[in-house]
Amino acid sequence: MDALQTLDALPASADSTSALLRELVAHLAQNRTQLREEWVRRITEAKLLTAMSRDEIFAEATSVYDSYVEALETRTLEALERYAQNLSERIIPRGVDTNEVVGIVLLLRDVLARSLFAKYHTDSALLARVLDAYEPAANSIAITVAVGFVRERERVIREQQEAIRELSTPVLQVRERLLILPIIGLIDPLRARQLTEQLLRAIRANRAKVVVIDITGVAAMDANVANHLVLTVESARLLGAIVIVTGLSPEIAQTLVNIGVDLGKMNTVGDLQGGIEEAERLLGYKVVPAGEGQIV
Amino acid sequence: MEVPILKQGPYLIASIQDALTDADLIQLRDALVEKVGRLRARGVIVDVTALDVMDSFATGTLRDIADMIRLRGAKTVIVGIQPEVAFAMAHMGLSLEGVITSLDLEEGLSHLEHQVKTASR
Repeated sequence: MDALQTLDALPASADSTSALLRELVAHLAQNRTQLREEWVRRITEAKLLTAMSRDEIFAEATSVYDSYVEALETRTLEALERYAQNLSERIIPRGVDTNEVVGIVLLLRDVLARSLFAKYHTDSALLARVLDAYEPAANSIAITVAVGFVRERERVIREQQEAIRELSTPVLQVRERLLILPIIGLIDPLRARQLTEQLLRAIRANRAKVVVIDITGVAAMDANVANHLVLTVESARLLGAIVIVTGLSPEIAQTLVNIGVDLGKMNTVGDLQGGIEEAERLLGYKVVPAGEGQIV
Repeated sequence: MEVPILKQGPYLIASIQDALTDADLIQLRDALVEKVGRLRARGVIVDVTALDVMDSFATGTLRDIADMIRLRGAKTVIVGIQPEVAFAMAHMGLSLEGVITSLDLEEGLSHLEHQVKTASR
């Protein structure tokens, strides 16, 4: 990002460039209303930002336009970066897509370039110099906004991943000293580590003697994760808890056999019900029907 | 550092308080194996709650202790392995196979009680 912090890295000599940019800024400020309307018209035409109303687009366009001109004027991107982040925070939850954000910034660039062309087309040498000054600056601005948007999206995605991870690893006590750990979905090495940590901590906290790990919801796992599962079973045993693994899919059974796991260490039962029954047996529980039930 | 060995009914309890050198471990082993016969103990508990590292020598010695105590006619339970230590041990392949492990001292004692009861029945 450092390279984008300043707009000074321009091909023409610095002095004439800044003079040109000043002139440019004056031109853009003068024609603010007209250029802004032209821009909004083209946004609507291109069917961008459909999630927003016309008034909202106009209000957003005004702020973007002003930040854009300000970035050209002050030749720093910091304020614009902040604005881009703020804008992204507001519009991402409304389902605005990356192509729309990049699209509107490029449209603004085009609208402004057109107006420069209209103004200077009589003097092609001057036009070329104006464009030399304008284009790199405009491109940096477009990149800044796009990167700001993508970053914000990535931040949101990371947060969601984190939330999903925490949601997806409950350790539940079903009876005194009996925990179940239902695992659903894909297990990557990070999630596998978290699962182990959570399980071992829960064993201590709940003084569990038997743990049923149900992996019915896991379609397949690679050798690394399978190995990790075996290590988890061994670690739990060191804490004095017996682990019963239930719901192994045929693929996972193959993986476990292929990595040559010592089956003497793995306690497996076909399904969760069987696992809980086996756990109850180990703990000395005996579940018997108590006469007539409530539901007939 | 010498590890204190306490007698609690028919059981011996060795509670490790600090990191041990290899020589300390050997000394602990010898003391336990000797006392278990002299005090006619039925079971031995080694409490490792205070250890935050377990290397291959320590686990090897713990296994030796368990095997020797078994030959002397008693049972051994290792208690208080920390979750992180447990995972590190499993990772290094030091999983103390064949040795009984329990969550803490209380669990270890109740495990021994249970063993003695079922054996004398």
